Amino acid sequence: MIRTCGLEKYFGNNHVLRGIDVTVNPHEVVVIIGPSGSGKSTFLRCLNLLEKPTAGQVFFRGQCITDPHINVNEVRREMGMVFQRFNLFPHMSVIDNITLGPTKVRGVSIDEARQTARDLLKKVGIAEKENAYPSELSGGQQQRVAIARALAMKPTAMLFDEATSALDPEMIGEVLDVIRNLAEEGMTMVVVTHEMGFAREVGDRILFMDEGLILEEGPPQQVLERPQNPRTQAFLSKVL
Amino acid sequence: MTLDFSIIPGIMPALLLGTRLTVELAIIAVAIGLVIGSFAGIGRVGGNRIVRIITGIYVDFIRGTPLLVQLFLVYFGLPSLIGRPIPPFLAAIAAMGINSGAYIAEIVRAGIQSIDRGQIEAARSLGLTYSQSMRYIIFPQAFRRIIPPLGNEFIAMLKDSSLVSVIALEELLRKGQVVITRTFRPFEVYMVVALIYLTMTLAISRLVAWSEKRLKIVD
Repeated sequence: MIRTCGLEKYFGNNHVLRGIDVTVNPHEVVVIIGPSGSGKSTFLRCLNLLEKPTAGQVFFRGQCITDPHINVNEVRREMGMVFQRFNLFPHMSVIDNITLGPTKVRGVSIDEARQTARDLLKKVGIAEKENAYPSELSGGQQQRVAIARALAMKPTAMLFDEATSALDPEMIGEVLDVIRNLAEEGMTMVVVTHEMGFAREVGDRILFMDEGLILEEGPPQQVLERPQNPRTQAFLSKVL
Repeated sequence: MTLDFSIIPGIMPALLLGTRLTVELAIIAVAIGLVIGSFAGIGRVGGNRIVRIITGIYVDFIRGTPLLVQLFLVYFGLPSLIGRPIPPFLAAIAAMGINSGAYIAEIVRAGIQSIDRGQIEAARSLGLTYSQSMRYIIFPQAFRRIIPPLGNEFIAMLKDSSLVSVIALEELLRKGQVVITRTFRPFEVYMVVALIYLTMTLAISRLVAWSEKRLKIVD
């Protein structure tokens, strides 16, 4: 579904990604863990080209999307992204946040988009908030709207960039529940997270990243309980 | 010599006529400035390098030179170039409009850049194009932040329009000068002129403060 090949990214002289080769299979949940500044988020943002890779390729559904002739908008509509800081549109009501993409990008009728939006709000457990504005919602509610907004585009894959890191502890659970349900439905997902328990539970595969490289990967039990790489061991001993 | 404010009723009709022209000049100038400034402000943050450079030069030149010099360039300078005179009113609104455009361009630029990067990222990640993201996400939010500084720009134009008195346009200040030749009461007349400016600028800044509060509620 998603494959990267020798992916590198520089910010100025800062070599953030040093050659990443990853394959994400359909219906797979790949969880990326690692210390801050290891390049996890940058890697994720390269997948939908919010960051332009300096070198290497990204393939999505067999197509090389780092090719300059590719229409990035057509790629992005197929990949939903959820941000650490929600990034809801503050001047729009919840339902307008969710219907904007489908109506403007996919050309869905407003009635149909609203119906879909209501179904999604029900699914993420805040059906009653459709006319509220983002500032009237708690962090957990905002993030659930953000997930609904991404899902409204009917994406084939979802990217989660530390979706619970900006939340108060008591709100993390409600957001993780939504992501967990998505995983159970078979959504293809790449999840960057600091929640190790969650990583173990939903991840089909865990990638450990440090200093722009993937140092270890494998099933959760293997990476989290019997890490081979000394830096994975050091990281896990700090966070577990 | 004592102050004589009994002349006031007699001079008010003339001064109010001048006030009307002052307000007209400021409104037209800011309207022109809004059109120029919107394009120039967007050009300043846009992706096209050439456009960024051109708009940058425009903004720097206008903000780095006095409005009076710009006015002279248009009114006295340009006719020698094009071979015929430019009517004072046209010269005034042209100079003021172009001047205002540069300041408004900076207001628009700052307004756009004040919007969190996450907003455009969220919009683009949904598959919206750059111009769709600008139109539906960035501009509506930037617009609210632009209103108050735009009000201040209007106040500045209202005051700076007094400069066009030097090209014989009978706006408020010029009307005052004319009235003085009739009444020989410069202090009283200039005082009234100043108070008329003050009344207008105070009213507008109140309006700006009120709109600022209103817009914050929605934010």
